[in-house]
Amino acid sequence: MSLELLTILDKDGKAQKGKDPNLPAAELQKLYRLMVTTRALDDRGLALQRQGRIGFYLQSTGQEASHLGAAYALKDSDWLFPAYRQPGILLLRQVPIDKIICEWFGNSGDTSKGRQMPVHYSFRQANFVSISSPIGTQLTQAAGAGMAARIRGDDTVFMTFCGDGGTSSNDFHTGLNFAAVYKAPVVFICENNGWAISVPSNKQTCSESMAIKADAYGMPGIRVDGNDLLAVYRACKEAVDRARRGEGPTLIETVTYRMASHSSSDDAARYRDAKEYEAWKKKDPIARFQQYLKGKKLWNEAFEKECVEAAKAAIGAAVTAAEAMANPGPETLFDDVYMNLTPQLKEQRQELHDLMAKGGVGAEVGHFPL
Amino acid sequence: MTATKTKPGAGETGTKVMTMIEAITDAMRTEMRNDDRVVVFGEDVGKKGGVFGATMGLFDEFGEKRCFDTPLSECGIIGAAVGMAVYGMRPIAEIQFLDFIYPAFDQIVSEAAKMRYRSGGEYTCPMVIRSPYGGGIRGGHYHSQSSEAYFCHTPGLKVVIPSTPADAKGLLLASIRDEDPVMFLEPKRIYRHGKGEVPLGEHVVPLGKARIAREGEDVTILSYGAMVSVCEQAAATAAQAGRSVEVVDLRTLVPLDEATVLASVKKTGRVVVVYEAPKTCGYGAELSALIAEKCIEWLEGPVVRVAGFDTPFPYTLEHLYMPDEKRVLAGIEKTFTW
Repeated sequence: MSLELLTILDKDGKAQKGKDPNLPAAELQKLYRLMVTTRALDDRGLALQRQGRIGFYLQSTGQEASHLGAAYALKDSDWLFPAYRQPGILLLRQVPIDKIICEWFGNSGDTSKGRQMPVHYSFRQANFVSISSPIGTQLTQAAGAGMAARIRGDDTVFMTFCGDGGTSSNDFHTGLNFAAVYKAPVVFICENNGWAISVPSNKQTCSESMAIKADAYGMPGIRVDGNDLLAVYRACKEAVDRARRGEGPTLIETVTYRMASHSSSDDAARYRDAKEYEAWKKKDPIARFQQYLKGKKLWNEAFEKECVEAAKAAIGAAVTAAEAMANPGPETLFDDVYMNLTPQLKEQRQELHDLMAKGGVGAEVGHFPL
Repeated sequence: MTATKTKPGAGETGTKVMTMIEAITDAMRTEMRNDDRVVVFGEDVGKKGGVFGATMGLFDEFGEKRCFDTPLSECGIIGAAVGMAVYGMRPIAEIQFLDFIYPAFDQIVSEAAKMRYRSGGEYTCPMVIRSPYGGGIRGGHYHSQSSEAYFCHTPGLKVVIPSTPADAKGLLLASIRDEDPVMFLEPKRIYRHGKGEVPLGEHVVPLGKARIAREGEDVTILSYGAMVSVCEQAAATAAQAGRSVEVVDLRTLVPLDEATVLASVKKTGRVVVVYEAPKTCGYGAELSALIAEKCIEWLEGPVVRVAGFDTPFPYTLEHLYMPDEKRVLAGIEKTFTW
């Protein structure tokens, strides 16, 4: 048994008859701009890391359609339990670029107060739950949040992400199983980008696909072309609607490709064939969507230039502002471990304060060894 | 989300004699009546009422939405609780035996404990993980261990262990109302050993406050959980030999009530730390180091640890592994005759 790959855009960027969701022109252009801006963020983030100005970066290049198409199917009141390769959702949910870039610098403008490595965002205003590095943990949490919404009678839908590597984690099994048993309103997105750092997806599983695993949990599994924004949106919209109707969770596998290395600490050339990259480059999700817009007369060179330049300008201004901001104050090291400082934390904070006051301790800012 | 406070139990007054397990049930019942964000779940906690009976009656009173069975997955129970707490509920997750908690370790240590910190305070994780722990029930390796130290070593978690029925209720109510994740570890050996007066309705014992279980002048015993009553027996025996022993029941391991601990040690100058976990790197090691750092000049002798041995928990020879009155008495003597 194998699952058909849902595709809407053909290789020339034309939508197959009867499958086009016919989104309004302004929305299509907005989505294109979001993809372009997401890619521009990636380019700048990696460059800043290479220049030693931020400690780490992790690109989503090639996966813009996959995560933007998915999250576009949600209402703003719906929640996200993301993994670490869906930054475009922040833009979709109107998180200011300044705040995103403050997170890279871990400075005093960072909502997470410099507590995590770059790209581990948390934005409550966007219902975007704090990202952690352990693989898959968010899947079970999304199931739990979905269970809670059902208990309370809310109509919130929860969308959560993992990669192909994530399907091997404990929480993939647990999260899908719990969500299905309790009919939790959750949409699980597995972005199958072919690689978990250096391990190809055929070493993660012997299943014919990731989507087929849904069958074992008693939920629908959909396999969709992850570089086709319209196809991802359409599949996710159906799943979101289904969840909101109380009919339970869905697993959606978006078949895509990690065009960059795993992170700034990785070099994919050591383990990946360049031909594979070249083949996928031809299926670049932004180029495909551009073709589609062009066919609808919603794209021209001037629009492109305006999108790219606006993104670069906003990012450039945000980088300049973020880089000039101070680090979080030393005392913040001890905040938010608990709601209130314990006596032990108060004492440790005082100890550090006294040593710093004497001079020497804490004078040297850490380097970026990664 | 704001709680709907109906407080049907608020009118309850007076006390009732209960076992510890009954007091734990009473705490959950009280807060479930009080706050509709509180839900209880875990393996066999629904119709059956839990393998030890801690959730008895909750399914009948509050229905399946608020007291329910889960698939057999500790990772799932805790991961789901994290998601619920982040979304605004007050989950109480039961792990059937602390020995089975390890599949959930990632969710506890990497997620629940770090949610507030890593999100800069944007997201929090107010939840209680209840779990029976400890030996003395002939449970072998997998139904007897005391692994509290793993959790005490994780910033972001609170660790609470009651030793009496009244404290079990009061500390559990405080734990459910706490804004941070709490490991509420229940000494199953004394679930039904001995009864005590427990206040009905509202009864909160604040976290971070130790209890002087017995006052004394010559030596301080620091302990918690099922070991407290063992220490009290040893103290009574030692009194016949002229030793005045103070027994401090820590109640909360994190955050520790340092003030009470250090005041007692400064008063007596001698310390025995009693815990049933393996000796090395156990919570007693932390207490010993704390005392050495903060009041070595008051000490008349070495801080003595009476603990489980550094072996896996045994089945047949359990009685040799667990600290008992005799070993505690030997520990007391060691502080005088080193």
